[in-house]
Amino acid sequence: MSPRKNNIKTFFNQLPRNIFSGFVVSLISLPLGLGLAMASEAPPIAGVITAIVSGLVVSILGGSHVTITGPGNGMVGVTLVAITALGLNGAYAAIICSGLVMIALGFLKLGKLSDFFPSSAIQGMLAAIGLIILGKQFHIMLAHKIQRTDAMDYLIEIPVTINDALHYERKGLIFAAIIGVVSLVIMVIYPKLRNKYLQLIPAPMWIVLLSIGFSYYFELVLHEDNPISKSYMVSGIPHFNEIITQIPTVDFSQLGSVPFWSSVLALTLIASIESLLSIKAVDKLDPENRRSNVNKDLKALGVASIGSGFLGGLNVVTVIARSSVNVNNGGSNTSSNFFHAFFLVIFIVLFSTQLTRVPLPALMAILVFTGYKLASPTVIRNIVFIGKEQLIIFFVTLFVTLKIGLITGIISGVITTLIIHIIINKSFMLFVRNLMKPNVLMYKEDNGNYYVSVKHFCSFLNYYKLKEKLDAIPPQCDVIVDFSLCNFVDHTVMENLNGYQDMFTKNDGHFEIVGLDTYKADSEHPLAIRRKLSGTRLFGRHLTKRQSQLQTIAEDFSLGYNPTKCKDTLFLKDFLFFKTKQINHIYNRLFNDIHSINLFDIEFSEGEFIAKEVVRTTMLHIDLENEVPIFTLDREGFLEKVYALAGFKDIPIQDHDDFSKRFYLLGEDVEGITSFFNDELVLFFESNPYYHIESNGKSLLIFSKERLASIKELKALLDFGKRLQKTID
Amino acid sequence: MTLKPFHTIGIGVAFSPNLVSNIYEASRLALFFDCKLLLIHVGEASEKKEKEIEEVLQPFITEQLSYQIVFKTGDPVEVILSATKTYNIDLLIIGALKRENLLKYYVGSIARKITRKAKCSILLLTKPSVQRVPCQHIVVNGLKDPRTQEAISAAFFVANKLGSNKITVVEEITKQQVAVSVEDHRSLRKANIVKERLVLREDSRVKKIIAEIPQEYKDSVLVKTQPIFGKRGYSIGHYAEVVRADLLVMNAPLKMSFWDRLFPHDIEYILTELPTDVLIVQ
Repeated sequence: MSPRKNNIKTFFNQLPRNIFSGFVVSLISLPLGLGLAMASEAPPIAGVITAIVSGLVVSILGGSHVTITGPGNGMVGVTLVAITALGLNGAYAAIICSGLVMIALGFLKLGKLSDFFPSSAIQGMLAAIGLIILGKQFHIMLAHKIQRTDAMDYLIEIPVTINDALHYERKGLIFAAIIGVVSLVIMVIYPKLRNKYLQLIPAPMWIVLLSIGFSYYFELVLHEDNPISKSYMVSGIPHFNEIITQIPTVDFSQLGSVPFWSSVLALTLIASIESLLSIKAVDKLDPENRRSNVNKDLKALGVASIGSGFLGGLNVVTVIARSSVNVNNGGSNTSSNFFHAFFLVIFIVLFSTQLTRVPLPALMAILVFTGYKLASPTVIRNIVFIGKEQLIIFFVTLFVTLKIGLITGIISGVITTLIIHIIINKSFMLFVRNLMKPNVLMYKEDNGNYYVSVKHFCSFLNYYKLKEKLDAIPPQCDVIVDFSLCNFVDHTVMENLNGYQDMFTKNDGHFEIVGLDTYKADSEHPLAIRRKLSGTRLFGRHLTKRQSQLQTIAEDFSLGYNPTKCKDTLFLKDFLFFKTKQINHIYNRLFNDIHSINLFDIEFSEGEFIAKEVVRTTMLHIDLENEVPIFTLDREGFLEKVYALAGFKDIPIQDHDDFSKRFYLLGEDVEGITSFFNDELVLFFESNPYYHIESNGKSLLIFSKERLASIKELKALLDFGKRLQKTID
Repeated sequence: MTLKPFHTIGIGVAFSPNLVSNIYEASRLALFFDCKLLLIHVGEASEKKEKEIEEVLQPFITEQLSYQIVFKTGDPVEVILSATKTYNIDLLIIGALKRENLLKYYVGSIARKITRKAKCSILLLTKPSVQRVPCQHIVVNGLKDPRTQEAISAAFFVANKLGSNKITVVEEITKQQVAVSVEDHRSLRKANIVKERLVLREDSRVKKIIAEIPQEYKDSVLVKTQPIFGKRGYSIGHYAEVVRADLLVMNAPLKMSFWDRLFPHDIEYILTELPTDVLIVQ
């Protein structure tokens, strides 16, 4: 049983970096937990309890690998309704029951639940949740507490609050509002700052730290009271021993009532959908390309919700932003989720009194940003891009959710989608007659390719049949999905297939969709993917100044130049740097006649949701003639020393202490790398400026900063690359 | 051993626009298979009708087609079913209908009743034509069923008589057989191992059946086996459509109950959307 032993060994090898990433995640989890709980009108500590219980339970029972669990954004709306209708103790009972239902869903293998909802309807629902969060918390962020019954009213009154805030006279309110605005600015600006030391602490934690510092400044330096009004400070954070002794009494007396069960239904539905969507998205980020067992995860989330409910916490869901932070900081297995919970316990034990120094507007600014991200104009722009009919679905779901409620909202989204599909196809019978038919055929062709043929129609109604077949194909294989016998394919399916395409490419497989060209009704229902794939648009008629300079360089050095966006970035996927990042596109390409040297601007993203950072930078890609070992070389700094503690080993080169001290060298093939870095190459690196250099065995990737290079830097990069290529070959 | 599953071919004759092409197809097959052709008309006997039919048959009569025309009144389903018994018909030819505006074929309600109740083999024709369309590729099911052997040998007989050059034996592997639900990368690997094993097992079973077919029938055709993953009875039709087969040969269903029609399976799927010509072997 040697593989098993190996597993244990790798587990312990990776433990330090999982502890590290668990720590970073706990930094973002603490403020978010407090904020989300307060937004749901539960005691702030409930959010932290949720995160702790979930981390301990799901990391042991769950079926996914790099996900982080805790209180979710999507849950705010439904939890709020549950607490208003049932009271806090009644809501705990509903949370426990919804945990039971989630376990049942897991046993019934209903992990495919989220596939039955049209993606535009889900987008609409999420946007509505975002607006609910934003609408309610915006007022508190500006120190203007109001109480309304309708979610819409909160949004409508935002201008009034802004106006009021500009005319505050009480000092306490002015300071509270300023803290709120500054916190919001930090949230907005933070992703744009690419300083590796600053980035070590997530933005929400900066807000907490700065506001605690602010309070101490007044207390210790100015010897004054904190100028922020007492009513706008976080209150009711108990000591750790109080949490244990004051477990709430769960009130099951409303078990027979309708509002109770409608709350349970809403909690379960949203918790499941949010978790399933997050798991799907996080799986795409996993550097080891593992597939999560969603049913096992649902059961674990259910168990955790029950535990959390009994201890005075909220529903447990898988959360996307925190999971992506985990991946980006080197989390590689469930132990990071466990340590995230562990560090939260330490924080509460040691610092729970400090947390009362955090002003409410600061926490609410984090939530306002979260809400904005859920309902941001980019979401709407993407939907418009897909098709106008998707916009109808989106807005119907959005408004019904805001006006009536989440369950009604999502149902109306499903119905609207159905009606639109029927209108587009001018046929009701297409759906009725073929709904129950097993419309997907899969077989392995003689050459080892998998061939999947879909008949009749393929939409969110019967997508699960296609999904079942696609899931059964090993992702290293070649797949052809043929829609030529199919009359209609909807956006939800296309979007999911796009996800499969990514997954297969990442695993060295190949996923191709054929048969869409035969569509008669193309002009009437443009399919998202077709637009997306052909989406190589020109930047505009006029080149920017930088672009015309690039063109001059191209002419001077007899290189080719192409300013258009290019989605074909397969040649970059083998590089370690991109393992946890998603490449959007490359543009402004400069290349030599045989395309062995490629200089380009690239846009990629790191993290998801509120932790998402879009980075644009300039990179140089050089094809090598000879095979070289796979390695990563960068300047050694303080952070690399921390990474070394967390288990990333720097490879020393003998007799070149100076080089080893100044550079940070990573790779698996230690022997190959040490012999590859001969005297000549070491001298070359020592006598030239620092660049981040990576090899994937066949080619090199060179870049310096995580921002676009100026023309001068670009020339230097090109020169460095050419000389390096000469030294190596 | 020689394969000769069919001796008498029956066809229902109605004076419809398809009359000529239906009779042409049936007569051609009777000549190819060296069978007697029985033309059944549901209705009163009359000189005029007989003349009309014989006129159509004329080119085949010169080629020594042995035929008989039967007139009988009554319920079409009953008439044809009783005729198959009294005249020992072992292959009944039925024309399919085309769904309006679409290139889709289905079996009409009368024909469907006959198909369900008949005790003989049935050939469902999608595109009867006056000109002969060569039958190139035959797809036959390789289900684990006692009657699969008959279906496969019938396929070889037909291929031999019609000069087809390719036979694909399709093994349908259902989800229940794989019995491992794919949930993560571990179960995916397990499921694929189970599948490989099933494919090998099915393959060797089908190869054994093919080995029993006399060599002379196999000489001129390319034989291929193809495992497919999908719903039993339905996916084979889908496959035949994808590979553009000219004839699909299937086992007759074991029995039909009320539930089978409510929750269609096996042959019922094929009847609602014919992928191509279908031969149901009894």
